[in-house]
Amino acid sequence: MNLFLDALNFLFDPANLTGTNSILSRLVDHLAYTGLSMAIALVIGLPLGLLVGHTGRGRNAVVAVSSAARALPTLGLIFLIILYTGLGVGPLIIVLVILAVPPLLAGAYSGLEAVNRQTIDAARAIGMTEWQILLKVEIPLAMPLIFGGIRSATLQVIATATIAGYVGLTGLGRFLIEGLALRDYKLALAGAILVIALALCVDAILALTGRLVVPHGVARGLARSTDKSDAPTPRLHGRVSSAPSNP
Amino acid sequence: MIEFHSVTKQFPDGTLAVDDFSLVLPSRKTTVFVGSSGCGKTTLLRMINRMIDPSSGSIEIDGIDIASGSAVALRRSIGYVMQNSGLLPHRRVIDNVATVPLLKGVNKADAHAQALELLDTVGLDRALAHRYPSQLSGGQQQRVGVARGLAVNPNILLMDEPFGAVDPIVRDDLQQELLRLQRDLDKTVVFVTHDIDEAFLLGDQVVILEKGAQIAQVGTPKEILANPASDFVATFIGADRGKRRLAVDSTIARSGDDVVLVDGAGYVAGVIDAPGGVLPGAGVGGTTNSRARSVSNKTDQAGDA
Repeated sequence: MNLFLDALNFLFDPANLTGTNSILSRLVDHLAYTGLSMAIALVIGLPLGLLVGHTGRGRNAVVAVSSAARALPTLGLIFLIILYTGLGVGPLIIVLVILAVPPLLAGAYSGLEAVNRQTIDAARAIGMTEWQILLKVEIPLAMPLIFGGIRSATLQVIATATIAGYVGLTGLGRFLIEGLALRDYKLALAGAILVIALALCVDAILALTGRLVVPHGVARGLARSTDKSDAPTPRLHGRVSSAPSNP
Repeated sequence: MIEFHSVTKQFPDGTLAVDDFSLVLPSRKTTVFVGSSGCGKTTLLRMINRMIDPSSGSIEIDGIDIASGSAVALRRSIGYVMQNSGLLPHRRVIDNVATVPLLKGVNKADAHAQALELLDTVGLDRALAHRYPSQLSGGQQQRVGVARGLAVNPNILLMDEPFGAVDPIVRDDLQQELLRLQRDLDKTVVFVTHDIDEAFLLGDQVVILEKGAQIAQVGTPKEILANPASDFVATFIGADRGKRRLAVDSTIARSGDDVVLVDGAGYVAGVIDAPGGVLPGAGVGGTTNSRARSVSNKTDQAGDA
């Protein structure tokens, strides 16, 4: 418990809050790594996922590549890249992007795949262009899954950005690394608490954002399929009706 | 007027869905394509709004080849109603109906006002306008689908088994509603169904199709019933099984001046006036002006013939 109290003391000591190597500056760095990586990953992952989902082409290739990317050990990969490029922000951003793209891709293409084909066919038949089908029908209906992908990618990136501390950068992970190196466990624990708190806060913000971007009819679960084709429609022979015959 | 000129459609998997189909669909009339599953009737319908492009041949609307313009513009000028309504589940009823006018640049207030009027036209309560499609019954969804099809005031309305997935009672309502709409609106309707009774009820021109969209017979319901062109047609319309031919059931005790009629399968079809037990106009053939009351919708048309 002492350790925990020490960690809390460290966190709430105003002296640690501002200045170089302070909590605030490392938090800003951590968010900057996350933000930059997510921005790049979104630019790569979303359009690709939407393209695959809309056309249905290249799905197998995308699944194979993203499974492989998920299996890569981030820490090993970052050292490998540093061997080639030297230290810097670049290698960190590259590995975080590689980490973030697969969940974004999966959210986008599985979201579009889950949209009822009849709905899309009807949208085309009443005269929507392919872009309008994508923007006004497929993306709104797929939004829960697309946004789920964004949320899970963001959390993974926030958690993994702690490795920045290993490779000479800052971020909240720096407290962990320094704490372990100096055997100052309260510092390490404080770093861990900060990362966890940040992840929870960002997730809460994303959850609220999700409510705004998911269309009303989808969020309320009302957008389930209107397909009733599997309902039995018995055709009664000789059904008694009171309708008079045609004059 | 819609004209098919030697239209053939072969799908990439080799299926010959439509083989050299030529027909004129008159303006302001209802033409019904009827046939069994896989006969190519839906393919024919979907070629009219270029959801499917023919492999060869051409289709003209009022003398203009539909392949000459853009497919999107063509589709926006033609109403389309499909089975299971095809409504956009994330949009409210009013937005669904207003979809195409909004795409065409009509301002939102006008499009919504017009959508409410269309709900009246198809017999829906305006209170449903702000519901989502899944909150409506199947029959109500189909009505919304029809309202959406009418939203751009098209000359042509394509209907692909629109009443196929609703129960028989709702289907009766919708069929009557469509007949009323057609009297009021005077559209060129192309209707696809596998139900011959529906075809005879709704069609001014009925086209009975065999596999490959081969025309087995074209004509008014009366012409087809009176003179089935082939055994296939006779079987399809049920004439060979005696369903269309009614006979007096002598085993049922007469009550008053009515005589009970049964069809070939033995189902009670209705009653007919027979003062004193004598059928009026017997032997004169077809000139009877007696009041026949049918109990089966299947025999309504037989009575007409």
